[in-house]
Amino acid sequence: MPVPPSDSRAMTELDILEAESIFILREAYRRIRPLGMLWSMGKDSTALLWIARKAFLGTVPFPVSLLDTGMEYPEVYAFRDRLVALWGLDYRNEACPPESAVDPSLPPGGRAAARKTEGLRALIARERWKGVVLGIRRDEQATRAKDRVFSPRDPDGSWPFRDQPPEFWRYHQTETVDGGHLRVHPLLHWTEADIWRYTRRENIPFCPLYLARDGKRFRSLGESNITFPVPSEASSIDAIIAELETTRQSERAGRAMDHETEDAFERLRAGGYM
Amino acid sequence: MNTVPIVVAGHVDHGKSTLVARILLDSGHFADGKYEELLAAARRRGIAVELSFLLDAFQLERDQAVTIDATRVWFASPRRRYEIIDAPGHVAFVRHMVSGAADAAAAVLLVDAAEGVSEQTRRHALLLALLGLPTCAVAVNKMDAVAFSEAAFRATASAVVAMLSAAGLACAGIVPTVARDGDNLVRGSARLPWYGGPTLVELLDALEAPEARERPTRFLVHDVYRRGDERVLVGSVASGRIAEGMTLAFSPSRETATVTGVVRFPEARHAAVAGEEIGITIDRPLFIEPGDVASELIGPPTLARHVEADLFWLDAEPAHAQDAFVLRCGTRDGAVTLTAIRSVVDVATFATDTADRLARNDVADVVLHAVRPLVVDLEGSALARFALYRGGRIVGGGRLRAATNAPAERPRSANVFASERRARTREPGFVVWLTGLPCSGKSTLAERLAATLAEDGVDAYVLDGDRLRTGLNGDLGFSLADRSENVRRTGEVAALFADAGLVAIVALVSPMRDDRARARAAAPGHFYEIAVQATLATCERRDVKGLYRRARAGELRDFTGIDSPYEAPAAPDLVVDTDVHDLEAGAAVLTDFVRALLLRRS
Repeated sequence: MPVPPSDSRAMTELDILEAESIFILREAYRRIRPLGMLWSMGKDSTALLWIARKAFLGTVPFPVSLLDTGMEYPEVYAFRDRLVALWGLDYRNEACPPESAVDPSLPPGGRAAARKTEGLRALIARERWKGVVLGIRRDEQATRAKDRVFSPRDPDGSWPFRDQPPEFWRYHQTETVDGGHLRVHPLLHWTEADIWRYTRRENIPFCPLYLARDGKRFRSLGESNITFPVPSEASSIDAIIAELETTRQSERAGRAMDHETEDAFERLRAGGYM
Repeated sequence: MNTVPIVVAGHVDHGKSTLVARILLDSGHFADGKYEELLAAARRRGIAVELSFLLDAFQLERDQAVTIDATRVWFASPRRRYEIIDAPGHVAFVRHMVSGAADAAAAVLLVDAAEGVSEQTRRHALLLALLGLPTCAVAVNKMDAVAFSEAAFRATASAVVAMLSAAGLACAGIVPTVARDGDNLVRGSARLPWYGGPTLVELLDALEAPEARERPTRFLVHDVYRRGDERVLVGSVASGRIAEGMTLAFSPSRETATVTGVVRFPEARHAAVAGEEIGITIDRPLFIEPGDVASELIGPPTLARHVEADLFWLDAEPAHAQDAFVLRCGTRDGAVTLTAIRSVVDVATFATDTADRLARNDVADVVLHAVRPLVVDLEGSALARFALYRGGRIVGGGRLRAATNAPAERPRSANVFASERRARTREPGFVVWLTGLPCSGKSTLAERLAATLAEDGVDAYVLDGDRLRTGLNGDLGFSLADRSENVRRTGEVAALFADAGLVAIVALVSPMRDDRARARAAAPGHFYEIAVQATLATCERRDVKGLYRRARAGELRDFTGIDSPYEAPAAPDLVVDTDVHDLEAGAAVLTDFVRALLLRRS
């Protein structure tokens, strides 16, 4: 069991981040129903699930889904099955439409992302979710940096990024126009290093692919066909944290879809990608 | 040491995004390949390398060379880590600037050396002061455009100092910079030899956090969760501390209870400090709802029906006196009316003017009247600042400057529903949808519920399937398509009744899950599905209208339960089992549920 902050000590940076995320999750659950969450089994959304268990005193009170392209690494599926049982999650697998169903003019990484976008659209339509909780962070990618904690989406799932609502202090826009939904981003302010320090402090399980094997490890975990391991000797969580303090590689360097064109990621996100 | 969030504000084109990117570049925080990526993006547009593209990630921002929305990046100085919030300077995006600046602990205000203090510089300074930022560091930028002249710097600096003082914002120091080339950001500048002061980053490193003041305890109840048989009040310790054994007063009722437990998962706790999100259990079954505030018995928050506030208005639609809003303060929502616009600040002069409306980006002194008492503080932050919502959209925010005391609110019980509800402006109603097999007891339960609510003084109306078929749905038969349409129309009508403020009670077999989901979608957030359960044998035995007998005899086809399916609700909001309960007991279960809803929703 993690050591809690003592009753008199000032809060640490991780305590403050955790408290803000708990507030956001409770705010979403209070004001937006039905609510669901996406879980990619990556380090971020797994840490977020852990925080959700804290926010809701031990159980996650909404369904969690993987947008499943069938292309995740076997280790990822095994990790999922273990945690679903361990944490008693209401897990609903969402099979994404096949690659043949998406725009063939997109580059390969974009096609995989488009499958997930379509999968998410179908999931939201079927479950009638008014809110989706996601584990994205500002420091991952420059367009994510400009997103809101409560981010309204149009009825077709697209992101009206030119005209986002204000949010200040702890006041967010917690409603959408009919047919639209809200993306809720409780980890938006966290950085990659924060996530790993928190994972270490709380002893949160994580997928073994993040650890280096034969001089390579996954820094960002995606489909096996479009995500590649990066050179690294970090074979423990301590080594990962040490590596992040010195690296000049961007986190998503191993993600093909980000780099296909200058606006590749913006177009994906404007169209409804996470 | 914790990360310090800093917002960079100022007029459009004075160089904010470039300054932030240059600090990152010079302090070694560019990822590998990022500079080359920016070089390529600039070449495609036929321009020299544009550092601001690091932050201006949107194509539109790059093509028009303007920041639209705030972004955040991180860097570390020799002393500590910073989160830099790059706010847009254009007047069209003030709401995005506010969204970024509200999270900051201090500001960098950027002023173009040649252009000097502009209207937007003044507006940002005013907003920074209103957002409660204690201090700002000033960069007089583009010194190359004034030939690195000390006299030009001094002239701009003295104008800035005068402006900041008028805006009510402390100035931590003024630095001459050329952001594009990095002069006096991370490193000093050989081109500005007359300047002997700190670089911008050194100036930031010298800022000290204001001494944290000891404030009275405020526990903002965010929600009420059930854990086994326990009711746990979850919420934020906004200030002070919470410990087991402490006696708390809950506002607005001012009822008191003692803390029996501090709840965190997974660890056990006995106390919590300011900033923590926790749960508490108390020793008495008080009626507590989200938005209530717990405090020590001495020095509770103020209860107020009239408040005066400094307001920033962010919506494209103007505000007028007598407009109605929802005011969110802490975790509490309350209906308010804008009773007066006393004055609006003229940004060009900081003089105040009278006005009969608020336009986007106006800063004004206003009076608000609340229907139920607001729970506020004038000192401290969490309960002194608020946001206004209209039609679910966030339209403005501000800080309270005065509040008129109001008496404590009497704890509410069922028999005060009527006056409560009438007092409120256009309280939305909701739909109570009873679904179940024919003769399961839906209509009877609906009528009983309506009668009890009438005694409580609550306006309710029963939409009964049989009755609707004689009028509104008289053109529909019993084909599957017509049945589905019957449910659809009933759902739409129920949603309209709810919108008009009534409790719409629907009694309808509505056998198909999809049809009911559509009815729920017609009244999103205001729809409660009640599964009225009885076994087929019980229903058939009741057979009030002899329909089961006729169906069994083959006179009625596609009869739900006999030769047409009934899809029971997968996750109903309430189950009333009329096999187990007699009618009286079933009606009581339903009535309790709806009364609890009325309390929770008010």
